[in-house]
Amino acid sequence: MAKHIIELVNLKKEYDGTEALKAINLYIRQNEFVTLLGPSGCGKTTTLRLIGGFEKPTSGTVLFEGVNINDVPPYKRRVNTVFQKYALFPHMNVYENIAFGLRIKKTDNDVIRQKVAAMLSMVNLEGFEKRSVESLSGGQQQRVAIARALVNEPEVLLLDEPLGALDLKLRKEMQLELKNIQQRLGITFIYVTHDQEEALTMSDTIVVMSQGTIQQIGTPQDIYNEPKNAFVADFIGESNIIDGVMLEDYRVRFAGHIFDCVDKDFGKEEKVDVVVRPEDIRLTREDRDLLQGRVSSVIFKGVHYEMKISDENGFEWIVHSTSMEPVDTEVGLMVQPGDIQIMKKVQTI
Amino acid sequence: MKKGWISYPYIFWMILFTLVPLILVLYYSLTATDPSGVTVFTAENFRTFMQPIYMKVLMRSVILALASTLICLLLGYPVAMILSGRDLSHRNLMVLLFIIPMWMNFLLRTYAWMTILDRKGVINSLLGMAGLPQLNILYTDAAVILGMVYNFLPFMVLPIFSVLSKIDRSVVEAAEDLGSDSFTVFRRIIFPLSLPGVVSGITMVFMPAVTTFIISKLLGGSQYMLIGNLIEDQFTRVYDWNFGSAVSIVMMLLILVSMGVMSRYDKEEMGGGLL
Repeated sequence: MAKHIIELVNLKKEYDGTEALKAINLYIRQNEFVTLLGPSGCGKTTTLRLIGGFEKPTSGTVLFEGVNINDVPPYKRRVNTVFQKYALFPHMNVYENIAFGLRIKKTDNDVIRQKVAAMLSMVNLEGFEKRSVESLSGGQQQRVAIARALVNEPEVLLLDEPLGALDLKLRKEMQLELKNIQQRLGITFIYVTHDQEEALTMSDTIVVMSQGTIQQIGTPQDIYNEPKNAFVADFIGESNIIDGVMLEDYRVRFAGHIFDCVDKDFGKEEKVDVVVRPEDIRLTREDRDLLQGRVSSVIFKGVHYEMKISDENGFEWIVHSTSMEPVDTEVGLMVQPGDIQIMKKVQTI
Repeated sequence: MKKGWISYPYIFWMILFTLVPLILVLYYSLTATDPSGVTVFTAENFRTFMQPIYMKVLMRSVILALASTLICLLLGYPVAMILSGRDLSHRNLMVLLFIIPMWMNFLLRTYAWMTILDRKGVINSLLGMAGLPQLNILYTDAAVILGMVYNFLPFMVLPIFSVLSKIDRSVVEAAEDLGSDSFTVFRRIIFPLSLPGVVSGITMVFMPAVTTFIISKLLGGSQYMLIGNLIEDQFTRVYDWNFGSAVSIVMMLLILVSMGVMSRYDKEEMGGGLL
């Protein structure tokens, strides 16, 4: 097991009395690609800024290799940041931007030249040395920002929604490129995004956050397949979330029917959230299935159709399927016990 | 341009109030009236100005203007930094405090300095009460520089302030992130990025300082000669309009040259168009 390079202990941050971060605990392993995922205002950027040293925690500690770095200013921390809006130095060309950190460290000019050249080739910007950063496209500026941070060989790279300003195609390319760079260099990446797909694509570990608290920590598979609560289920991918009652172990009632499931250890008659992924529902033309409904709309989404099915209680189920049932068809909804996820009710998310 | 006629009033205004007077000044500077009362073209006025006595006045004007520009820069830059600081509360009020004096008449403010610096003025009264020797500040170079700095300081502070407050906070953070302490951040990021403001501040202080005649007259005394006073005297006392015009032309050239120098410097440093 790799060592914990960064550890956050009861880390709390208030701005003018409002809590941006409510005493979170989190450790990050070396060489891990960790994504802080959540809607805006969930505290993910605050967490990153606390690690970078741009904000001081209200209480709690940031540990770097076991040492408290609360009072270490940003320029002494062994982390580097890729900023949301790149924050390139407008009065320097591409070469000088990337060389900046090395120049501060009084690195030898020849070494700087080699390292900058290596970085430029890594981010596919050979020949751009003399260009002014303002003449670059968004994607190119982003690459310069990444090279400028990585040339310092940080132990941890912090990335604050670095792909937010790019168009979809470029974003996908850059996602793969970033993941590639991370694996090649073996640097710990802490990545902040609100894009769940981006998080699933790149991360080793995803930390889902909401309203200043951590909702779930896990691998992309865990987070997607076993969301801990309705918030995570709803935020990661599309979900059908319906109120249910746990009758006994492995038996749950929702939508007016009783289903087998794989969950246990709930209280008797405990009210729960039931989550079913749209792609886990199979539509049949038979009426032997428990749940019946009528197709109310069909949208073609490319790989699959998205259908909305109203059941007898008026609940609207979202179903993803590669085969299409026309509107107004009476269908049966089939769900495997393993695809039914039961979650304890959370007071307020 | 179909709508070119919209600019006609402006062109007319420019011709009437800028071009015609300039041509008149140029005409006067190149002519003289000989003893028989005939106007002749001559370079005599410029030759007169080349005399050491006038060259000295020119040098003195430039040196005093440079000195007060430098003092304005040294005082104004930190003030602009404080005003643009992100922790400053009541920022608008503070900026307003800097602007309010500019709303008052320039002459009144300069007269006020006379009563402060006078032999029997505020400063000397206080010194006297404390049993200290009296100071002779009024009617010295120091008083003139003080007057210039006082009057022109806002012209230095405001452009620098406006450039500084436009610098993206994350650029500063990026520099810190890459290992710069606050002094290095200032030297390598903030100061270079604020140069357009510094350049326009220097221009806006140097030009009025080099041409002033009121400040030098009131705080330097009636015998005090800067190039502005020289011109004023030619028109209002000596009635040698031809020589006065020649000096004006020289001064205009001086300003044009310094503007050219500053704007070129601005472009070279910043790649243009940052302001």
